[in-house]
Amino acid sequence: MDKFNTLTGIAAPMPLVNIDTDMIIPKQFLKTIQRSGLGKNLFDEMRYDDNGNEIPDFVLNQPAYRDAEILIAGDNFGCGSSREHAPWALLDFGIRAVISTSFADIFFSNCFKNGILPIVLPEDQVRHLMDDASKGANARITVDLEAQVVTASDGTQFPFEVDAFKKHCLLNGLDDIGLTLEKVRKIDTFEDTAKTLYPWA
Amino acid sequence: MTAPKTLYDKIWDAHLVDQADDGTCLLYIDRHLVHEVTSPQAFEGLRMTGRTVRAPQKTIAVPDHNVPTTEGRENPDQMPEESRIQVAALDKNASDFGIHYYPVSDVRQGIVHIVGPEQGWTQPGMTIVCGDSHTATHGAFGALAHGIGTSEVEHVLATQTLIQRKAKNMKVEITGKLAPGVTAKDITLSVIGATGTAGGTGHVIEYCGEAIRDLSMEGRMTVCNMAIEGGARAGLIAPDEKTFEYVKGRPHAPKGATWEAALAYWKTLYTDEGAHFDKVVTLRGEDIAPVVTWGTSPEDVLPITAVVPAPGDFTGGKAEAVKRSLEYMGLTPGQKLSDIEIDTVFIGSCTNGRIEDLRAAAAILKGKKIKDGLRAMVVPGSGLVRAQAEEEGLAQIFLDAGFEWRLAGCSMCLAMNPDQLSPGERCAATSNRNFEGRQGRGGRTHLLSPAMAAAAAITGRLTDVREMMAETV
Ligand code: SF4
Repeated sequence: MDKFNTLTGIAAPMPLVNIDTDMIIPKQFLKTIQRSGLGKNLFDEMRYDDNGNEIPDFVLNQPAYRDAEILIAGDNFGCGSSREHAPWALLDFGIRAVISTSFADIFFSNCFKNGILPIVLPEDQVRHLMDDASKGANARITVDLEAQVVTASDGTQFPFEVDAFKKHCLLNGLDDIGLTLEKVRKIDTFEDTAKTLYPWA
Repeated sequence: MTAPKTLYDKIWDAHLVDQADDGTCLLYIDRHLVHEVTSPQAFEGLRMTGRTVRAPQKTIAVPDHNVPTTEGRENPDQMPEESRIQVAALDKNASDFGIHYYPVSDVRQGIVHIVGPEQGWTQPGMTIVCGDSHTATHGAFGALAHGIGTSEVEHVLATQTLIQRKAKNMKVEITGKLAPGVTAKDITLSVIGATGTAGGTGHVIEYCGEAIRDLSMEGRMTVCNMAIEGGARAGLIAPDEKTFEYVKGRPHAPKGATWEAALAYWKTLYTDEGAHFDKVVTLRGEDIAPVVTWGTSPEDVLPITAVVPAPGDFTGGKAEAVKRSLEYMGLTPGQKLSDIEIDTVFIGSCTNGRIEDLRAAAAILKGKKIKDGLRAMVVPGSGLVRAQAEEEGLAQIFLDAGFEWRLAGCSMCLAMNPDQLSPGERCAATSNRNFEGRQGRGGRTHLLSPAMAAAAAITGRLTDVREMMAETV
């Protein structure tokens, strides 16, 4: 998992509420053998018409937002199924942070497992950032995880909360595997002992 | 003196790498079995993070879930594109990461839970995981065997450990002797019938008692295989002489002095006198009859001599569920189970795809024909089971009776390959799940033993195998 420290990037506004995981990545893309490569189908049904052509109005199809790294979204982002394909698709597109008033539980924790920072802010602050993002590519927003602050392009700062353990994992790029690998010494020792005790195993 | 331990306690303690204050443990994994469906993203994860497989020599891969079971399948064109891609991905991952691999072209290929024991990978006292819930099968050797998810597959590949919390201990004892015509499948289904599909939740089950001791290794695997349908995290049977005999001489079994050392250790793997079990269930072997399932949950099980129950026989939410499942199954309360006509017979799966299962079915089928118009297939659990059955003349018995004789794989157990039921089609199956749509959309599944499946194939309806045994005597 990539470390997350400070991110300054283009933020795309998606004011829609209840954006569910089916919208984020429709079920026909779950038969993939990969986690990567899902970015092109991110928001597939909102993004492409029946013939596979881009729908120009959709925010991520607009020139200003094609390289967005942050999403500012309406309430209850990521509701629906538990599919880890949703954060996989966001990450593959290049999204590293999502800001909303609320998130669905499972999606919220799936984000952390995949190096994406979901940030919960009060409604008025999200609206401020939404307006800021709507200004286009020049309106870069900064997310500072260490300091736990979001800075709008006009310099306004919004502090946010984050679980201390999850913060530690993200800052250091640690997933479950990363954490276990911190104990690699213990695994080595175990293996050494096991080799003597159970050489056949 | 140390406190008496259960078999589960002993294996757990021997694999504990680390224990956090909150009880989260890191468990060392001795064998990791991998198949094509739940592993691609895990390998992809390794690539994305630049990690490797920590212990490729302990990792074994085999495609089984969606491979075709018809001749000529080495030709990838036989597979639908998505299956072909998944199998090709496993080919590549096995070769890139240097893990043991049994491709479809290899006679040793088969269902992962049959290949592991057959090749001697599965041994007493080991921890074994696979991205598949029926990993419980390996518990028959006195190994702690867990099914895991894709993220955990990646975790085990990278670290050779699994993050776990300890489960509770449950004892299922089958006392006395089984009556003629009653098999391991009847035991394991009857246990689920008695405890329900949530009866083992949060527990690791140790099966014991005379009737379990009397079972062959094949039978014990059948019993442990369905521990998961009983809700348990794993099933275990203490190893004994039969276990050691089965393991001895297999390609990956210990040899020479190492064998002796292993044997000495394996003999310590039993539950100590006075060890604590959180839950105990006892069944009398004599009370177990040949059973079939009538509904859409493995707990919907009754002796073949019984009748289809009514929703009113149940209370609470189950009554509603029974109503729904009878509708789905197209059955009427009060109807005799032995009057239920079937369209298809499937003999195979990791529950009952081993040589002994084929022998049991062939013994009933010998010199007989399946009912006109019936579709019947045998899908051996591995290429080696298939070869042995051919050598023993069993294949010919099946073919003469009118069965299709297939290549090894999961096949109609989960219908990911082209072997599927059509809507309303009724199947007598030796597999382990009778969920709605499991064997194909709208398909109706009755779970039973291989001998019972053979009997049903002959009459075209669910049949008490004991009647046919009386005939042959
Ligand atoms: S045979 Fe059936 S239960 Fe066994 S591994 Fe294959 S699909 Fe799963």
